[in-house]
Amino acid sequence: MASEQTPLRRFWSEFAESRLALLGLAVLVVVMVIAVAAPLLAPQNPYDLSQLDIMDGKLAPGEQSAAGKTHLLGTDDQGRDMLSGIFYGLRISLGVGVVSTVFALGIGLTLGMVAAYFGGWVDTLIMRIVDIQLSFPAILIALILLAMFGQGVDKVVIALVTVQWAYYARTVRASALVERQKEYVEAATVLALSKPRIVFRHMLPNCLPPLIVVATVQVAHAISLEATLSFLGLGMPVTEPSLGLLISNGFTYLMSGKYWISFYPGVALLVTIMAINLVADQLRDVLNPRLKK
Amino acid sequence: MSSASKMVLQVDNLKTHFFTTAGVVKAVDGVSFSVERGQVMGLVGESGSGKSMTGYSLMGLIDAPGRIVDGRIWLNGADVTRFDNKRWRALRGNRIAMIFQDPMMTLNPVLRIDTQMMEAITAHHVVSRQEALERCREALAQVGIASPDERLQAYPHQFSGGMRQRVAIAIALLNKPDVIIADEPTTALDVTIQGQILFEMQRLCRESGTALIWITHDLSVVAGLADKIAVMYAGKIVEAGDVADVLDRPMHPYTNGLLSSVPSSNIRGTPLRQIRGMTPSLLAIGSGCAFRDRCDDRAAACEAMPAFDVSAAHAARCHFPRLPP
Amino acid sequence: MLAYFLRRLSQSGLVLVAMSLIVFLGVYAIGNPIDLLVNPQADEVERARATAALGLDKPLYVQYLTFLGGAVTGDLGRSFVFGTPALELILSKMPATLELALFAMVLAVFAGIPLGLIAGLKPDSIIGRGIMAFSIVGFSLPTFWVGLILIMFFAVQLGWLPSNGRGDTTLLFGVPVSFLTVDGLSHLLLPGVNLALFKLSLLIRLTRAQVREAVLQDYVKFARAKGLSPSRVIGVHVLKNIMIPIVTVIGLEFGSVIAFAIVTESIFAWPGTGKLLIDSINQLDRPVIVAYLMVIVTLFIAINFIVDMVYSLLDPRVRLGQAAAAGH
Repeated sequence: MASEQTPLRRFWSEFAESRLALLGLAVLVVVMVIAVAAPLLAPQNPYDLSQLDIMDGKLAPGEQSAAGKTHLLGTDDQGRDMLSGIFYGLRISLGVGVVSTVFALGIGLTLGMVAAYFGGWVDTLIMRIVDIQLSFPAILIALILLAMFGQGVDKVVIALVTVQWAYYARTVRASALVERQKEYVEAATVLALSKPRIVFRHMLPNCLPPLIVVATVQVAHAISLEATLSFLGLGMPVTEPSLGLLISNGFTYLMSGKYWISFYPGVALLVTIMAINLVADQLRDVLNPRLKK
Repeated sequence: MSSASKMVLQVDNLKTHFFTTAGVVKAVDGVSFSVERGQVMGLVGESGSGKSMTGYSLMGLIDAPGRIVDGRIWLNGADVTRFDNKRWRALRGNRIAMIFQDPMMTLNPVLRIDTQMMEAITAHHVVSRQEALERCREALAQVGIASPDERLQAYPHQFSGGMRQRVAIAIALLNKPDVIIADEPTTALDVTIQGQILFEMQRLCRESGTALIWITHDLSVVAGLADKIAVMYAGKIVEAGDVADVLDRPMHPYTNGLLSSVPSSNIRGTPLRQIRGMTPSLLAIGSGCAFRDRCDDRAAACEAMPAFDVSAAHAARCHFPRLPP
Repeated sequence: MLAYFLRRLSQSGLVLVAMSLIVFLGVYAIGNPIDLLVNPQADEVERARATAALGLDKPLYVQYLTFLGGAVTGDLGRSFVFGTPALELILSKMPATLELALFAMVLAVFAGIPLGLIAGLKPDSIIGRGIMAFSIVGFSLPTFWVGLILIMFFAVQLGWLPSNGRGDTTLLFGVPVSFLTVDGLSHLLLPGVNLALFKLSLLIRLTRAQVREAVLQDYVKFARAKGLSPSRVIGVHVLKNIMIPIVTVIGLEFGSVIAFAIVTESIFAWPGTGKLLIDSINQLDRPVIVAYLMVIVTLFIAINFIVDMVYSLLDPRVRLGQAAAAGH
């Protein structure tokens, strides 16, 4: 029946079995479009000071500014349109999350495969470091790093990468160890293929499925962590306001009832993270060989 | 129904189907047999023949997506087929008990032996702890386990496989059931232990008058043990009769094939005889004899399902059974 | 057993020493230790004096030994802001953090395990699906945002509960605790729930996964074949088996709860070590940061060790070993 489907189509039809996951994917696509095209989509550039008028500050959602523009989600204390702020914020939050995940993936993957392939003391050393690092909560490590080295976009990314690489290393190593026992590695070795070639061209593609799942979940974690750090004032600088920073800015106005300055960026953050988690959950079920009937 | 007083278990046209997303699996598709008090019946078949599912059906342990869709089961003359869970629970472990294949996992690894034994008693009878313990000691002695007090305090992982299975047997015997269903209880054990357990079970059943249904894929096991045999294939019984009759003069080609493929009945140096083909998937059984694709004697008539005469002493579900000369 | 205990103890000790080395290097070798340990407002003369007093002109290994010596005797420097010994400061705030963390853990455990049990036993029912949906939400929400929402609804809109600070405290065995007073409890509730939510979701998912696996096991079939009631099969057979991995996770997660408390304490202005840390970072009170780090690292290593020991006690297979009963 379905035997003629390519693996990709089969994957897609299995993935699509969960309506929730499809919803998550749809939301995610929307979010990514917004993030990439923020300058084009946002009604206002909230960081162009010439466009701001402080008299427009703290307008409630739906109110009109003095110039007659309707602010769908209100404005913050400086008169910045919330909707635009959220669009740009999504861009930064998503950008930082994805970039740090990609770097962490690269480092973790390489180290994990190295550990698995060479074994011995290399393996023990790398895994000890991984174990120790994973036994401490990510937020603690990130906080300390930022406290020691100061603020800045680059430092935030470095902190996130440092916190994340260990997950990938451990996952990849576990898969690679299983693959190493398999016969195709033996065959490749007998054919005197170079080690890097065996590792990257042959073993790697088979280690990818669990890695994809972990990476997807980790993007959500990275975004959440960055938001938390920014909220605490230790993350992104004011010039690159991620959603976390926006929420933090609005915190003080929460008590006086101007909830929208903090609330809507929070909703945007929430929706993004949940969408990623929904997609990741379904990916995990589809890619898990043990659940195949 | 027949001379009811001797029949402790009667099964009539039992059908247990599983309603999965891939289709309906007819695991048990019209099985009928009866067992007398103290009798040993061997239920033989390959994996996928439905023999284990028959056992579970008899215990009322069929869960969704499966259920008993047709047929009747009489235990001690009472129709238990449609019993609800509560009434089944009163019977299970009490009037009808089951022993499973792998004793390592059937005994709970984190509970002590005495806990696991006593709860089988207290679930059905109100007895003091002392009395329950006493009965446990007796049961352990019955299955040949020395120093029972020590053993009762221990955990399953501290026993060998053979001993664990003896404990499982002891548990089955605790409430003096009318029927014990043993689902491949010796498959996971060493061959030498197998023989011992077989012997013990036979003795115990004779002594207590408990009927025993021994489910296995291994003909040689039931040869020395059973009084009668039923051979299952693709959810149906294809041959049944006294053990000597079935093993010496098999009527159904499948039984014949099974017996011929036993290595000891083959001539050295010649290729082992096999039954060609493979067992059909239980999802895709059409009408007609399920064995016909693998049968050398196939004819046009085999497109229709052969009948099975339950009342005969030795019967086969075949249009062309091998009859004794 | 004793051999295992001693082995794990020495392992923990080694990790502790390794961590102290890392902290030391981070402070003394990478950064400029003078900036880290001397009050930034100090002038040249004071700096020179401090440098000599702190031994920063000595070779690195001597400095490390001095650092270790100080750490062992409890001297981890003085707070720039408060002037009191950093370690003392941290320890004085510990009870508040521990109270919050314990409250959150208890909440998460006593709600999470039963809910996970239900979700695992009836995965396709409405209530089962509902619990899982809830756990996904609780798992995805960043802790600080939940805190915001809680404040928004319960403190601002409804005005039922206070949004910051700790309530009245009473002494329990010489330690100030706040849950024994109504006022204290009302202050504890929001931050406690906030902190608990993530762990709660985690526990629900873990318990559910464990239960779903457990009911497929043979010993459950056998228990049912004995005619045991469902409550006994689940309550005794299944529960005892799944508690072992769950207890292990709870133990390990406790450390992480203390770390997460940093965020909750900041939002709710709860006077614990977490808030102290954030304030210190913002005020560049570095000795306190270093002291916090050392205390937390020690705490974590201790927790890991204790959990290991408890696990080996709980599982009879590990406790009693494969010895005993030959038999046939």
